[in-house]
Amino acid sequence: MKQARIAFEGRVQQAWEDNGKLRLADGRRVEETEVVWLPPVTPGTIFALGLNYADHAAEIASKAPEEPMVFLKGANTLVGHRAFTPRPADATNMHYECELAIVVGKPARNVAKADAYDYIAGYTVANDYAVRNYLEGFYRPNFRIKSRDNCTPIGPWLVDAADIPDPMNLRLTTRVNGETTQEGSTKDMIFDVPFLIEYFSAFMTLQPGDVILTGTPKGTVNVMPGDEVVTEIEGVGALHNTIIERTA
Amino acid sequence: MTSVTLRPGGPLLSGAVYGCLLNVQDELDRLGDAINEAPYNGAPTGPVMYVKTPNTQVADGTPVVIPADVDQVRVGATLGVVIKDTLTRASADQARAAIAGYTLVNDLTVPHDSLFRQPLKRKCRDGFCPIGPALVDAADLPDPDSLTVRALVNGECRQEWRLAELVRPVATLLADISDFTSLYPGDLILVGVSPSAPLAGAGDTVAVEIDGLGRLQNPLVAEGENAR
Repeated sequence: MKQARIAFEGRVQQAWEDNGKLRLADGRRVEETEVVWLPPVTPGTIFALGLNYADHAAEIASKAPEEPMVFLKGANTLVGHRAFTPRPADATNMHYECELAIVVGKPARNVAKADAYDYIAGYTVANDYAVRNYLEGFYRPNFRIKSRDNCTPIGPWLVDAADIPDPMNLRLTTRVNGETTQEGSTKDMIFDVPFLIEYFSAFMTLQPGDVILTGTPKGTVNVMPGDEVVTEIEGVGALHNTIIERTA
Repeated sequence: MTSVTLRPGGPLLSGAVYGCLLNVQDELDRLGDAINEAPYNGAPTGPVMYVKTPNTQVADGTPVVIPADVDQVRVGATLGVVIKDTLTRASADQARAAIAGYTLVNDLTVPHDSLFRQPLKRKCRDGFCPIGPALVDAADLPDPDSLTVRALVNGECRQEWRLAELVRPVATLLADISDFTSLYPGDLILVGVSPSAPLAGAGDTVAVEIDGLGRLQNPLVAEGENAR
């Protein structure tokens, strides 16, 4: 099952995917362009992985990490499907990152890899934009590059874990204005989903609603105001976002 | 004096908890020339932020478990600023007007030398962010930048530092953060931790004090011991 959180008819509500439309709780079916899409989860902690695909690590760094390179983001970064992301006027390289996002389903502490999937509620797609020229050397990646307002589109759907039998073999694709610019597979993650649940839960308690963005493969390119960026993961969804100018 | 009991996750404290690195002059002084060398390669241009995740947030008096792989923790005595109105690219004056009030925070941290990567494993252990005991109305502390912060271990004052040493005073800090990260009602911002902070371990009781905000006190217990 694929569920969404939307704003429609003056309130926030839950909706479900139904043959290309959205089905509301009262049974009505509406077009996906009739509603405002919200992030599909109200997030707790938002974890993100840097350099978690060997090809992307080679693209922006000299070597792949030996331990997960983790950073945290604020909820201020999240926007839903079909929303807008501002590009600062002085950005010289602002790139998208198509990522599989894990949503934690129940409290997890000291969970072994073999049991990790029991703790996952579902999956969604995230686009973890970076303004690369804002990267600095303290507690990196610093908030100014990675925890910016509206710079992490997420959605459209929260897809039940049961509907994704093998999250470690999904195709990722990014299209900018219809042209494919990034392709990869979750099978190329350095630290896979079960590893990450074990890793985090070994030193902190994961809570329902915590979200883990699992990193992006190579093929990240600069985008400009007006560009429509679609990050898609096979079986999980196609997340649309449009770049706009950040106004003064 | 208007003050109400503060409970992590409760209605007054429902948002993010952010800390700030390098917002105390002594932190910069101790780094010295290293700030311009690898891997840092230069002073930061804006506030350096980190997250104290929900699993870290506990109330006054709650025992904090020191994990088996941790010897000692740094007692990060600081002022917490609670936001009441959304701040996006705000001025310092707007930021000042958007402060609901203040509380004490103990940013417990496993000591670490490198400031290069976000230190999740050192700052985000369960219980590593005591907050409280109360939210004191902003009107009752009109000049937060004049306050003195004390860190205590087993009742003895082990550190005293003044918020006049902040690189960015409270309102400027909030304004500068809001240039890239909006602050929302219920968010809590830790203004910085002085690097001379004392260490403590399981069996110790740690506390934070600021005149007007009371005392935030928590026992540290070894992993496996029953937390009372």
